[in-house]
Amino acid sequence: MNAVEALSCQELVELVTDYLEGALAPGDLRRFEEHIAGCGKCTTYLAQMRETIRVTGTLKPEDLSPDAERELLALFDGWARR
Amino acid sequence: MVEPTDLQLVASLRGGDEAAFRQIVREWNASMLRVAQIFVPSRAIAEDVVGETWLRVLNALDRFEGRSSLKTWVFRILVNTAKTRAQREGRVVPFSSLQDPGRVPEAAVDPERFRPEDDERYPGHWSSPPRELPEERLLAAETRARIAAAIDALPANQAAVIRLRDVDGWSSEEVRNALDISEVNQRVLLHRARSRVRQALEDYLGTETG
Repeated sequence: MNAVEALSCQELVELVTDYLEGALAPGDLRRFEEHIAGCGKCTTYLAQMRETIRVTGTLKPEDLSPDAERELLALFDGWARR
Repeated sequence: MVEPTDLQLVASLRGGDEAAFRQIVREWNASMLRVAQIFVPSRAIAEDVVGETWLRVLNALDRFEGRSSLKTWVFRILVNTAKTRAQREGRVVPFSSLQDPGRVPEAAVDPERFRPEDDERYPGHWSSPPRELPEERLLAAETRARIAAAIDALPANQAAVIRLRDVDGWSSEEVRNALDISEVNQRVLLHRARSRVRQALEDYLGTETG
């Protein structure tokens, strides 16, 4: 064991976004990676977070309703003809 | 740092190019509605705010200097318009929800799923660990519909951030600039949003593994 206290699983799940964002301080990054290397459950958790991001990325912006689009275009035309 | 396309786009808009306007409206509208809904209480008012924003943007085009991207500039105007409208509606603007989201703690995972802190051998370790998700069902239409529903169910500030980052692919810097929030707060909101959506994904896929 290191002098630094190891992360528990419960602590690790709160650091996942910081980890994925590259925002962990060097010490925390090392503790995070050490924990992941030895914990299959947290490895699965991290994989689920990555899968969540991947699936979210396949969503499409809701189509603009024809009415809403018509209104915005009318607004634009009104402005352009001012 | 301005992409030349921003200035070209501004020139097109100023010239009354309807196709150019339609294109950015289609591209940004859903996200604009999400962001407006952080501040105003209903979808209908959010639609109003978006319309008002476009009018302000068009009227201010001459003053666009390209010091930020056009997108960031438009979203900043959107946020200001939405805040003003929220005040007019008599709604207390939830500044705290954007500026200080960490004030109210929120666990990424139900604490019941971990061994208690006084556990003799493994305090804080999984007692009910996640299982692998079935890869073949991840991208099924029904799974994606569940994810969309989970995002709809998020608090408005979280929904806006996850939508801009993970659906629209904005960088954290773009989101920070557009919403005028700190890097840390952006990350707190993103973390909570992703954690809740992950839970929804696990609830849906994890319970039906055969």
